[in-house]
Amino acid sequence: MSKKAPGVLTAVRRGRGGVSVSHNKNTAEMPVERMPVPSKVVLPMQQHIGAPCSPIVKVGDIVGVGQKIGDTDKFVSAPIHSSVSGTVVAVGDVKLANGVITKGVTIESDGEMRLYEGIRPPVVTNKAELCAAVRESGLVGLGGAGFPTHVKLNIPEDKEIDTLIINAAECEPYITVDYRECVENAENVLKGVEILKKILGFKQVIIAIEDNKPKVFEIMKEIADRDNDKDDAIKLMTLRSRYPQGAEKMMVLSATGRKVPPGKLPSDVGCVVMNVASTAFIARYLETGKPLVSRSVTVDGGAIKEPKNLRVPIGTNIQDIIDFCGGFSSEPRKLISGGPMMGLAICSTDAPICKQNNAILAFDDRKDLIKKERDCIRCGRCVDVCPMSLMPTLIERYARVKDAQKLQDVNVMVCMECGSCAYSCPSGRPLVQYMRLAKQVLREESGK
Amino acid sequence: MAKKLTVSASPHVRSNETTTGIMLDVIIALVPALVMSVVYFGLRALLLTAVTVCSAVLAEYVSRKVMKRSGTLGDLSAVVTGIILAFNLPSTLPFWMAAIGSVVAIVVVKQMFGGIGQNFVNPAMTARIILMVSFPTAMAQWVAPFTNSWDAVTTATPMATLASVQGGDVSAVASELPSLAEMLLGRHGGSMGEVCSIALICGGIYLILRKVISPVIPLTFIGTVAVCMLVAGGGNLEFVAYQLLGGGLMLGAFFMATDYATSPINTKGKIVFGIGCGLITSVIRIFGALPEGVSFSIILMNILVPHIENMTRPKPFGAVKEKKEKKEAKA
Repeated sequence: MSKKAPGVLTAVRRGRGGVSVSHNKNTAEMPVERMPVPSKVVLPMQQHIGAPCSPIVKVGDIVGVGQKIGDTDKFVSAPIHSSVSGTVVAVGDVKLANGVITKGVTIESDGEMRLYEGIRPPVVTNKAELCAAVRESGLVGLGGAGFPTHVKLNIPEDKEIDTLIINAAECEPYITVDYRECVENAENVLKGVEILKKILGFKQVIIAIEDNKPKVFEIMKEIADRDNDKDDAIKLMTLRSRYPQGAEKMMVLSATGRKVPPGKLPSDVGCVVMNVASTAFIARYLETGKPLVSRSVTVDGGAIKEPKNLRVPIGTNIQDIIDFCGGFSSEPRKLISGGPMMGLAICSTDAPICKQNNAILAFDDRKDLIKKERDCIRCGRCVDVCPMSLMPTLIERYARVKDAQKLQDVNVMVCMECGSCAYSCPSGRPLVQYMRLAKQVLREESGK
Repeated sequence: MAKKLTVSASPHVRSNETTTGIMLDVIIALVPALVMSVVYFGLRALLLTAVTVCSAVLAEYVSRKVMKRSGTLGDLSAVVTGIILAFNLPSTLPFWMAAIGSVVAIVVVKQMFGGIGQNFVNPAMTARIILMVSFPTAMAQWVAPFTNSWDAVTTATPMATLASVQGGDVSAVASELPSLAEMLLGRHGGSMGEVCSIALICGGIYLILRKVISPVIPLTFIGTVAVCMLVAGGGNLEFVAYQLLGGGLMLGAFFMATDYATSPINTKGKIVFGIGCGLITSVIRIFGALPEGVSFSIILMNILVPHIENMTRPKPFGAVKEKKEKKEAKA
């Protein structure tokens, strides 16, 4: 940046690693539409990393929007709330998009979207109250990983933290829901920032945006300059649009120049990274007390008739969402929940949207980019692009022979499965699959 | 849904780079030097290349068939090996000897170790060395450019002349050496593809710009030779220039030392590899009985690649800092 405006930080150059993936942000200028109330929702008891919840309602119960229907006493978990008003029709096994069968609650909607009468805005004055409130809201990282937010915010007292990083990078191709959040709800994002800053005592807040989203930068800047930021602690930062810029460790490095060591968390280097939509949700929740019952989803890809950004109740059937987007324009051959780099290929549309699903992408044959698999030629591209400085081709070799000792030596556990290696492999090798196999080998080895 | 959905591991998009595309780029980069060799040594150079390429492709096809493995002709790597082998031969070499070279390169060095990416030494380089020890006379029939390759008027290569130079005093043998401009353009005796340095440098730059090879190995290799020769020649820059432009240095540094299968895949390893190649080349040229050392240096360093990679393995993200902190804490 040639002219450095106050309140604007320049990103630390991250050096090597990462890949240039075409952005395909086709839905960027499509405002988030509200999807009509579905006739029924299926709410799996595990929509987060951590312990699954147990249903606390039974068949025949009448529930309102935002009523808690699943909870657990385990710490790393997030409760599940009803996303519609209506009647519980089933409690039992449900099938997720990836084919996994888990416990879930099915609710038939009465179409009224009557708010649960127990909903009250929480009173939050300190960290403990904030963490408790965020837990009750059922919030998980909306960027895709689904890590319970209250766990992230509950930083041990012995760790000194000074920086809050708001992640608005959205480096995955196609997905634009975080972008829309920034454009449509910038006020809420900054309100959320204020709350977190005040209660958790951050010295500085960095809102990090990739340089392919100049509009977001303008909007954020305007609001930040206008009122909220009197002590100039909120800084905006543009980052180079290079995948995986939005990955937590990459983000911390770009924003602060600090490197999170292997096996450690951003809080170990004094940082907390929050997704922009999660931040805006906290502000809304503290105002209204309405838990996480809906989320924004990008529906796009070559096989979708009318790509859209949608606000859908959690638990809505994926087929209903696709139908609302005009259905398929051509025979879909690959459906992805999430982005094309880290998302999950799903085997059926008859499954519910979960809290961490930020996109549904459908591709037909032409876009079904499975490269012909050939032998590794040791070109070293995977090594060059690995943001974690690993040697994917070596890991593949050891994973194939399940050599646990060697896999330990090549630090496979540091891998975050961003997919940069497999993306750039000219021989089309499924390297991420081997990374997962390698981790499994190590897990089994340590379990022995 | 009539057809089934594909379920595979992420990522679901891939770059459009392919092995075939990379090999095609290498072939394109070799074309200028091939054209120049035809200019200097006549049509026989082209025929010799055709023989090595055809026999390499045939050897690849037959060996894959015999071993009941999938066909790999489509990746074009056998074509690249064929062209590079031809570049390493004198244009006068009998065709049957060249064909033996191709078969050795493809069958013995490459396919018997598992095919593309699995060979531990450079196939073309090894074939050249095997031909050199098997047919020493034929492999040293250097003809002067623009003479008829069929009746072989032999000439000394600049490297042989330079080997007799004491302490870098080039002027003593000036009458026997081509000018530096002629060295650059390739008007001197030598293997058919190695003489025209400028064409090889252009090809190398093309590969670097296309990101097919990293500049690390060529730069460290050539740089190390330059430094060694500067010392050996007592600071005589002309001597250094002759050393850099003569022999197979440019061909070796840009096209053979950078071979994916037989060079380290990490940058630190590449630096060690390049410097090692440069040192061995210089030692052979200065002290050895042979006038030229590029092939042996690359082969020797090829063998060390697994060890180099092990010793220079990059630290995973963030791990370096942790170590530093520990050091600081101790201090």
